[in-house]
Amino acid sequence: MNAAGSTPSKQVKPVGNPLWLVAEITYKCPLHCVFCYNPVDYTRYGQELSTDEWLRVLRESRELGVTQLGFSGGEPLVRDDLEIMIAEARKLGYYSNLITSGVGLNEKRIAAFKEGGLDHIQLSFQDSTRELNDFLSSTRTFELKSKTAKLIKQYEYPMVLNVVLHRLNIDHVQQILEMAEAMGAEYVELANTQYYGWALLNRDHLLPSKEQLRRAEEVTNKFRERVGNKMKIYFVVPDYYEIRPKACMNGWGSVFITVTADGTVLPCHEARMLPGLTFPNAREANMKWIWYDSPAFNTYRGDEWMTEPCRSCPEKIKDFGGCRCQAYMLTGDARNADPVCDLSPHHHIITEAIAKAQQARDKPSTTRPILFRDDKNSRALSESAAVHS
Amino acid sequence: MSVETRLNLDDIVEIGRQFRLQWEQAQQAYVLLYPEGMVKLSQSAGEILKRIDGKLPIADVVENLEQAFPGANLQQDVLKFLEVAYERGWIHPKQAS
Repeated sequence: MNAAGSTPSKQVKPVGNPLWLVAEITYKCPLHCVFCYNPVDYTRYGQELSTDEWLRVLRESRELGVTQLGFSGGEPLVRDDLEIMIAEARKLGYYSNLITSGVGLNEKRIAAFKEGGLDHIQLSFQDSTRELNDFLSSTRTFELKSKTAKLIKQYEYPMVLNVVLHRLNIDHVQQILEMAEAMGAEYVELANTQYYGWALLNRDHLLPSKEQLRRAEEVTNKFRERVGNKMKIYFVVPDYYEIRPKACMNGWGSVFITVTADGTVLPCHEARMLPGLTFPNAREANMKWIWYDSPAFNTYRGDEWMTEPCRSCPEKIKDFGGCRCQAYMLTGDARNADPVCDLSPHHHIITEAIAKAQQARDKPSTTRPILFRDDKNSRALSESAAVHS
Repeated sequence: MSVETRLNLDDIVEIGRQFRLQWEQAQQAYVLLYPEGMVKLSQSAGEILKRIDGKLPIADVVENLEQAFPGANLQQDVLKFLEVAYERGWIHPKQAS
């Protein structure tokens, strides 16, 4: 397909250029986190893009105006050609971010990343204690991660820690922040779990109570006051406790592109789950056509597709009706308002989910056991209807 | 946010470690890239920052700009902008003045 063959967009508002590319270069991961946002049926998806195919995706996306590049996965360090992609990204003028668990990083590799021009590393931790870190990721990685944190410092990268919060670790926020401070972290992102993929399956185990959330925010604010600018702390609340939806991806097909391990190109990490859409593959089409002209990227641009109450809502220009995937997962129709919004006729689904999680906390025996993200569970889920429940 | 005067003409400043300045064809502007974000710079901000090389004192940067844009007296504007840039962490003094 030729980029020159682009047809003018039918949008009323002209489509701007994309700014963000997340390259999920592999679904393979040494960890098995219970809150992973990857698709639960990831084992179904085909062959990973080759090195050359990734380099083409990087070139074409940069030509479109993308500046921020995230290498993600799965665990991006699993690919031994990451060094090649990083060097090419720098040559093309990307600001490149490695989003990693740190498993697989050693001095030789980080030296090559630095040499190749990697700008930034974001290291994820599951918890401050070895026991919980290892339980939540179903592996023994805490010591390894601490070593990795030292390497990141040694190679003069800013230390950016990401900790996914949920019911099982949210009461440890004080210890988590102390650990971050001891490591010399400059940025800490305390990101409450978003309920997609594996996290949605495990929601009854993971959704914190409102009281837990309040305490965690209080601890965070106190810590902020003490450390000041030395360490910047971001606290992302779980949207189930909001009454307005997040402006997901700043709007569908507005600034953001995900390319998955098998080359599928999506307007967000999760969109593959949406029915009735055929997402283009980077093996078969170029990024310019995909961004401007592919039917999938145009489906939820603008507001023509909206249903009430979004359609006539003045706030639609702020939040674009929230998240299409969350609307689909919870209400069965991606055009509906994200049920996080308390103006949505489906908002009760959110309040019921909170009540159900509370019940699971009170009577754990009534809840299905927690499911780790691994190939065996993924294969089982690929064959069951649970994938879209 | 109040901006205190902390920079002097004989200070040498450099772009912060986490920032990268580059010309962006698609934006037709200089931009500062940083972890997970980008600032699109105005023309004058771009002209100032592209002359910040960690070697020249601010006085020389001003002189250089005044040569490029003859007839303008830029000293106060440049200092004012650099103060804001310092506040935001885009630049910092390379050595104590």
